Parts: sequence; structure tokens; C-alpha cells
Amino acid sequence: MLNLLKPPIEAFQEFVLLSIRAFRNIFRSPHYADDIFIQMDVIGVGSLFIVSLIGLFSGIVMALQMARALTQYGAQGQVGQIVSITLVRELGPVLTAVLVAGRNASGIASELGSMKVTEQIDAMRALGTDPIQKLVTPRLIALAAVLPLLTIISDFIGLTGGYFIASTMLGLTFSEYWTSAWQVLEYNDIAQGLLKPLVFAVIIALVGCFYGMKTTGGTQGVGRSTTSAVVSSSVWIFVLTAFITYVWNRAFAQ
Amino acid sequence: MTPGDSTILRFEDVSLHFDTTVALDRVSFEMHPGQTYVVFGAAGSGKTMLLKVAVGLVRPNSGRVWLFGEEITHLREQDLFDMRARVGILFQEGGLFDSLTVAENVAYPLTNQRVLRHAITERSSNGNGAARTVEDRVRESLRFVELEETLDKFPAELSGGMRRRVGIARAVVSEPALLLYDSPTAGLDPITANTIVALILKERDLRNTATIMVTHRYQDGHLMANFRYNPNSGQIERAGGGRDVGQVSTKFLVMNGGRLVFEGTEPELQANQDEYVRKFLRAGGA
Repeated sequence: MLNLLKPPIEAFQEFVLLSIRAFRNIFRSPHYADDIFIQMDVIGVGSLFIVSLIGLFSGIVMALQMARALTQYGAQGQVGQIVSITLVRELGPVLTAVLVAGRNASGIASELGSMKVTEQIDAMRALGTDPIQKLVTPRLIALAAVLPLLTIISDFIGLTGGYFIASTMLGLTFSEYWTSAWQVLEYNDIAQGLLKPLVFAVIIALVGCFYGMKTTGGTQGVGRSTTSAVVSSSVWIFVLTAFITYVWNRAFAQ
Repeated sequence: MTPGDSTILRFEDVSLHFDTTVALDRVSFEMHPGQTYVVFGAAGSGKTMLLKVAVGLVRPNSGRVWLFGEEITHLREQDLFDMRARVGILFQEGGLFDSLTVAENVAYPLTNQRVLRHAITERSSNGNGAARTVEDRVRESLRFVELEETLDKFPAELSGGMRRRVGIARAVVSEPALLLYDSPTAGLDPITANTIVALILKERDLRNTATIMVTHRYQDGHLMANFRYNPNSGQIERAGGGRDVGQVSTKFLVMNGGRLVFEGTEPELQANQDEYVRKFLRAGGA
């Protein structure tokens, strides 16, 4: 039993140590600003199109599903509210994060994994650079900066998708839809919708880097790390969104 | 016993294991300035780990390691960086950064090692006209390995042998006191392999650098022990003529399953009757 528990506990310990070092390095020089901007470009600009596309269709689907249900009660005017609440609180942050996890946790794990198996990480240490400072911290900062932004864009495009359905199928006017969508949102919905991507960003960056840095076993090992990074970060996103929502509801229960 | 300052590298009872595999098993040896060590061993015998432990990239489970007379076994990573600035390493996989050009790769130690960076800025701010800039040193180093024309290329555009040479250029650019070569000739054709060994000899003999070369080719060790670089003719020639530099200062180590099974000179190696040790002599056929 103890032997069964040892590897996951050791892995968790390593993960925590990596996280501590990565956060500590934010406040330590040298800072690799170039690397931060490159990662922001790769992750943020690179994910923009796919995130927008998924945002648009999640808004459309939400509106379509709700349209049928709400029409039964003659409450089709509320479609804007429902799309807005679900997107901003939950779907926007989670879908965006899962997409970015699929796209970038894998990218980070495979890039760092390849560097590990070709001894580039060792070379870095041998040549006077802390690999956590140079590789992990810039990715952490970049993701924490761009994931909330991507989520905002995805939310907005999702709402636009909802408007498209509301106006074409339910005959709602521009102001009917947008006013209800806007007014239903409270500050704590927006705060929740921005806290989640920030937490997910940290998870995606650290999980991707963690699996990358502990890659062993050549190119096969890189493949394994990549898969593990995507699976773990996606699972963590869902677990944490449930946790945050629960805590949030307790704290702000009306 | 406290090791004197004259040792470049000293291992005392160093052991290292990962889970159930033993990488190093109570390894002890001592290396002095100007010496050359050639390390033979089969795959997985702990040769690479020996080099990594020597510069603190991997910490041993037990035993002590001294680098340049200072014990590094418990040094913090930040302090190790400064020690490593005096060591050049050629990694088996090359360890060149894919995302950087050849010039940036070779310049990397000069721009990232704190001590080296400070030394360069200090010299140039003193108004020393003769001070060499980073670019001069990168060019010089690439000229040394005869690859000056590849400055702006990326490692992926180079052949295996050329990448190895760029790796050597990066290892020697900081003019280190100790050079470690991890299987520099592995996977290369014999002609390219000999070119690489010739470069290693040239660096060793021009600057009298202490050198450790890990290899499985006996011929590499034989060249290291018996040949030297003649700066006048620019050729590699057999050492000898009353001043047998190579023979005296070159030592051979043979590793098996993490243990040091032989330590001695080339004639002692040739006279050794151990089956495992003899395998390397036969394989080389030199």
C-alpha cells in the first residue's frame, strides 16, 4: 500500500517545489522579458482564433437550447440573461481553459520535454541559467496575463453568438437582448469569471512545465509527457471550477 | 585528509543511485591541473553521471566532491553557477539550444554566466582597447572549430559532426580550466570522429586545459595519450622525443556498473588481464 502511494506523493511534492520556485522567481532577477512576450504571442495570439470560434458556437448552442425551453413558458425574452450568466460564470472560463490546455499544455510539455531529453536543460544549468527562471516563470506569467483576456474575448463573442440566435429565431431586438444580458451580471459574477481563468492559467503553465521537465526516455517519453500534461491539466480545470464555484456560492450566498 | 588546492577535481567515495539502479558505486579519484582522463565504460556504466556529478548537475547520494579545491557536494545551485563558469562541457546529445543561432549558442556562456559577463563588462569599461568583445570571442571560438561560416545558422541545419563542433566551440569559448567531453565521437563516422578528437587535443595542448573525455572508442583514448597538437605546424603529431608529455599526464579509467574497475596509464591498461577491461582494447584495435 505504502509503495503504491509513494510515486504519486513524490510527484506531488516535486510539483509543489517547482511551483514555489516558479513563483519565487517572479520577484527575482534576472527577468527574461523577451521570453514572456514570445510566450504571450504564442499562447495568446496563437489561441485567439480557435478560442473565438469555440466561444461563438458555445453562445449559439446555449441560445438554441434555451430558446426551446424558454418559449414553452413564454419567457424567450430572458435568453440573454441565461446565456450571459452561464458564459461569464462557467462556460467561458472552462471552455477557453480546456482549449488552451489542449493547445498549450501539450506545447509546453513537448517543448520542455524535448529540451530535457536532448540535454538542453542540463546545458542551461551548466551554462549559468536557472531553467525554472528561464523556461517556467515566463510561461507562468504569460499564461496568467493572456488567459483572462482570452476568456473575456470568448465571453463577448459567445454573447454575440447568442444575440444572433435571439434575433433571428426569437425576434428579440438588439437592446432587448443586450440590456438583459448586461443587467443580469453582477460584479461578483465578473470577479468569479476572471478569477477562474487566472487559476487555470497557473495550472496549465505549471502542469505543462512539470511534465516537460521530468521527461525521461527519449522521444517516447516526450509523447507520454505531452499526453499526461493535457489529461492532468484538463482534469484539474474541472475539479477546480467545481471547487471555486462551491466556495464562491458559500461566500456570496444571497 | 583535506585535498590541497592543486586538485582540479576530486571524488571521495561517491555513490549515486536512482530507485533500484546504481549509477555510481563508491567512486574515488583525483585529478590535477594539466592532466587528461579518458573514461571507458559500456552503456549505462555511469560515465555520463560521473561528469554530471563532477559539476553538480546531479547530487550524489553519498560521498564528497571537490571542484577546484572547493567542496561542491552541498553548494547551493546559485553558487554552483559561478563554479561551473570555469568548466566547459560538451554534452553527448550536443545540448545546443534549438531556438538560438549558432552564434547565440556559442555566446550563451559569456552572456549568461554572471562571472564571465562581469569580467567582460569590466574589461571594456576600463577602456582596455585590447579587450575582446563577446562577438570577437564567439568568432574566435568558431574559427577554432573551423565553422566560422555557420554563425547565423540554426543547429537543426547542421550535420551531426558540425553540431558536435559547435558544442566544442561553446565549451571552450569561456576558456575554462577544466573541460568535460561526454562521448564526443559517438555516432560519428571514423573520419569525423578523428577530426573531433584532433580538436580536443588542440584545445588541451594550446591552453593546457585539464580534460576528461568519456568514450567507448579505445582509439580516442590512444590518440589522447600519445598525440599532441604542434602549434608550429598546426598538425597533430605523435608525442615523444624525450618529452613524452602525453604518456605521463594521461590516465585511463574504466567503469563497470557504476564502479571504477581500473585506473592507470595506457601501458598498465594494455597489461591488464581483466576480461571487461580487455574488451575496450579489442574493440578499438588501435
